[in-house]
Amino acid sequence: MGHAFAVFFAAVFTNNILLTNYLGMCSFLGVSREVKTSMGLGAAVVVVMTATSVLNWLVYSFVLAPLGLEYLRFIVFIVVIAAFVQIVEMVIERVSDTLYAALGIFLPLITVNCAILGVSLFMVIRSYTFLESLAYGAGSGVGWAVAILAMAGIRQRIGGSRVPKGMEGAGLALVIAGIMALAFMGFNGMMRLN
Amino acid sequence: MKTGKIVLRNLGRDNPVFAQILGICSTLAVTNVLKNTAVMCLGLIFTLALSNVTVSAMRRLIPGRVRMMVEVLVIASYVIVVDIALRAFVPDIARQLGPYVGLIITNCIVMGRAEAFALTNPPGAALADGVSSGVGYSYVLLVIAFFRELLGSGTIWGVRVLGDGWVNWSIMVTAPGAFFMLAVFIWIVKGVWLDSAPADAGKAGAR
Repeated sequence: MGHAFAVFFAAVFTNNILLTNYLGMCSFLGVSREVKTSMGLGAAVVVVMTATSVLNWLVYSFVLAPLGLEYLRFIVFIVVIAAFVQIVEMVIERVSDTLYAALGIFLPLITVNCAILGVSLFMVIRSYTFLESLAYGAGSGVGWAVAILAMAGIRQRIGGSRVPKGMEGAGLALVIAGIMALAFMGFNGMMRLN
Repeated sequence: MKTGKIVLRNLGRDNPVFAQILGICSTLAVTNVLKNTAVMCLGLIFTLALSNVTVSAMRRLIPGRVRMMVEVLVIASYVIVVDIALRAFVPDIARQLGPYVGLIITNCIVMGRAEAFALTNPPGAALADGVSSGVGYSYVLLVIAFFRELLGSGTIWGVRVLGDGWVNWSIMVTAPGAFFMLAVFIWIVKGVWLDSAPADAGKAGAR
């Protein structure tokens, strides 16, 4: 139990999936222009990442590993993720209009978010237990959301400033991401996860 | 479209990395060592070329509604081939690359080319498009990896080139160094090379 907590906090801070593993960069750079949309995407990522890491753990441990089909994990994981996203989309469309308006447009983006698949792959490589996988999925989701929210806040503030021509857009966003990564390295002393 | 034109476009102005800012998720993670980067690039070119050809050959059979799923499955199959081959022939590098080989599946470039090009073009052109997009992606990665390894470890391809007096810039092998390096690269390319081209920053089909 205690170790699961350590995994959670390490995934949020010291091993932030975005800032140390570079996963989910594409949507990070594309969607981080406004705080509001970032919040929607961040929330969707937290939900999907937590659920898919648990689902994939179950599938991997109870189906793939006993049958010796570990090499099929890429296909199986991505199908689980895509199916889950599809189902969630259909459910929230029926259940809540407001929720659908807030999260709906982000869900299709999430299937191809590398961070979601990345979490499942890291979980297998590090051979986490069930609780640790849950903690790792949730922690990575929260860490990703924190990073994109901070990024959107910074980008909104500097929106009006003049930057060198070639640095506009992606270039500047990468510099900010670099500085954020430096800041997050400050957490390194607290704990480490391999 | 002529093959030559496709190739030139993908290497130059429409280069997936710096013009469209696609596929950088795995770009940054493997570029601290040149050798790993090269292996990763070969895997990516292989996957990109063959998945493009396969999707293109099946383009009349794929129903529109499920095309994303079909594309993902095609890509994932080739990535499994790459993963097994790497673990068999270069086990050390495969271990260091870890999950990033599997993450070729969600590399936006591969999906992007299947979606944007292979679905509407014949296999021959799709092959040219796949290979040239892959090469365009690879040379950016290799340049970044070259500087990161040189400045961060004082070596190139594992061989020490800078003298003993050289103090490693340890930031270059860590995460922030990768972000800064790519930012500088994009700056230089956009500032110098793409100056004459119409401004297309920000229109990237970001995923």
